Amino acid sequence: MDTFIQLTLTGLTNGAILALAALGFVLIYKASDVINFAQGEFLLIGAYLMYATIVQIGLPWTLGVLVTMVVAVLLGILIERFVLRPLIGEPIISVIMATIGLSSLLQAVVRIIWGSQPKAFPAFIPSTPVTIFGATVGADRLWAIGIAALLMLFFSLFFRFSKEGIAMRAVADDQQAAMSMGISVKKVFAWAWSIAAVTAAIAGAIVANIVGVGPHLSHFGLRVFPVVILGGLDSIPGAIVGGVIIGLLEAYVGGYIGGGLNQVISFVVLVLILMIRPYGLFGREIIERV
Amino acid sequence: MPLQPRGFRHALNRSTLRPGERQLEVQNLHLAFGKVAALAGVSFTVYQSEILAIIGPNGAGKTSLLNSISGLYKPQRGSIRFYNDGETYELTRLKPHQIAKLGVARSFQNIELFRHMTVLGNLMAGAHVHMKTGLLPSLFYWGPAEREQIHFREFVEDIIDLLEIEAIRYKQVGTLSYGLQKRVELGRALAMKPAILLLDEPMAGMNTEEKEDMARFILDVNEEHGVTIVLIEHDMGVVMDISDRIVVLSFGRKIAEGTPEEIRDNPEVRRAYLGE
Repeated sequence: MDTFIQLTLTGLTNGAILALAALGFVLIYKASDVINFAQGEFLLIGAYLMYATIVQIGLPWTLGVLVTMVVAVLLGILIERFVLRPLIGEPIISVIMATIGLSSLLQAVVRIIWGSQPKAFPAFIPSTPVTIFGATVGADRLWAIGIAALLMLFFSLFFRFSKEGIAMRAVADDQQAAMSMGISVKKVFAWAWSIAAVTAAIAGAIVANIVGVGPHLSHFGLRVFPVVILGGLDSIPGAIVGGVIIGLLEAYVGGYIGGGLNQVISFVVLVLILMIRPYGLFGREIIERV
Repeated sequence: MPLQPRGFRHALNRSTLRPGERQLEVQNLHLAFGKVAALAGVSFTVYQSEILAIIGPNGAGKTSLLNSISGLYKPQRGSIRFYNDGETYELTRLKPHQIAKLGVARSFQNIELFRHMTVLGNLMAGAHVHMKTGLLPSLFYWGPAEREQIHFREFVEDIIDLLEIEAIRYKQVGTLSYGLQKRVELGRALAMKPAILLLDEPMAGMNTEEKEDMARFILDVNEEHGVTIVLIEHDMGVVMDISDRIVVLSFGRKIAEGTPEEIRDNPEVRRAYLGE
């Protein structure tokens, strides 16, 4: 029983981080039909920004988070303005290639600035052991789950009630109609990219706190794919549920079966889902295959 | 606050002009796609609180004209002036969302609703332009955000009453019949508090009963709220019944303009339109 709770909490932590990274991915896809292969690099940059602000500059971690978020928002806006906007109206494959290029570019920038050696991180959220139902976990993992849950709640409210959220949902549904409602489509794209960058950066900060920073963190970008395929490419609740399911699945498989199967199990799920239910659990049934 | 017609708690019509004043002036409009001229020098004027119908055979340039007014197409030459609040706006220089914000609302020939939202969600999306509350207050629904939400909910509910769609308020738009979707699209345009309403074939594909309902709603909006209406419609019976004036287009040119009686008796119109 202890092992089960232990694995559940580990799975939930990973799931929360995956869900945060997937949220931005889904948002960009919903608003602009673009598949962002650079989502993992947003996470990577978030982690390194935390490292830079806390370790290299020596700011308190609260300020570090703030700076990270601001830089991530700016990065999102810049990428939308200078990479995506010139490609409006170009074939979708060109746009996808551009995001693949962007991912290599961002990785290279990170390596130039911070090198390729993984770096330890003085945990800003303490990992003091906490005992829940007989299982012992680090407090940092509970924090991670809490922060992710709060952010998810925040974004659910955002889409439901705020003017910007309504505009984003409208653009996702019908761009021409949205324009005729007085909604600036370009502004909405910029919002989508900034939110994607900032949620991934926060996910990166959480990961950095738990395992430290290193170029390998961009692998989260790849792990987002099973999550969004399972949840549905265009569904925000799907990103959350998909993240949690994949996180738990990896943890259980790793704990009970082991042998490295946990590394591939999510991709097995990805293939199965594509065969049985290509639009995912919550996605729209009509999905254009590219 | 002046008394609003038929139980409306908030003003629907955003135009500040008096009935009969010049509201929209299209001058010498040229629009071409490559070498194909969609509009070749069209000019006409729309006056406050009238119903102006634009008719003409298929491919005459009616929808191109509407799309030029709402900024979706950029005409190569000519001007479209829009008057409100004592200002003159040159619409050919504005972007679609800016034009919408001025109160130029429209519906589409092939329904363009937010299919994955409810009827209410669509109408609230229409009212979205007027929301001023900042991000944080709107999330936590405090103070001004609450008052603003109540204001828009009241306004949208009045539109729902007017269009008799109370029963489908919470239905997803994609599940509704064609006729009801057209009605919701009109509602969404009204939720923008229009100064002028552009309707592209509001009755296409409807049965007689649905057409009569739609005609009644259009007349209500026009007569009770004084909203100017420019509509494209193929059903000649409806056009002759409800419009004050008619502009006839053929191959991108205006071939006639006048009251329904004048248009009915115009030989050139009969030739171009009725194939006589």
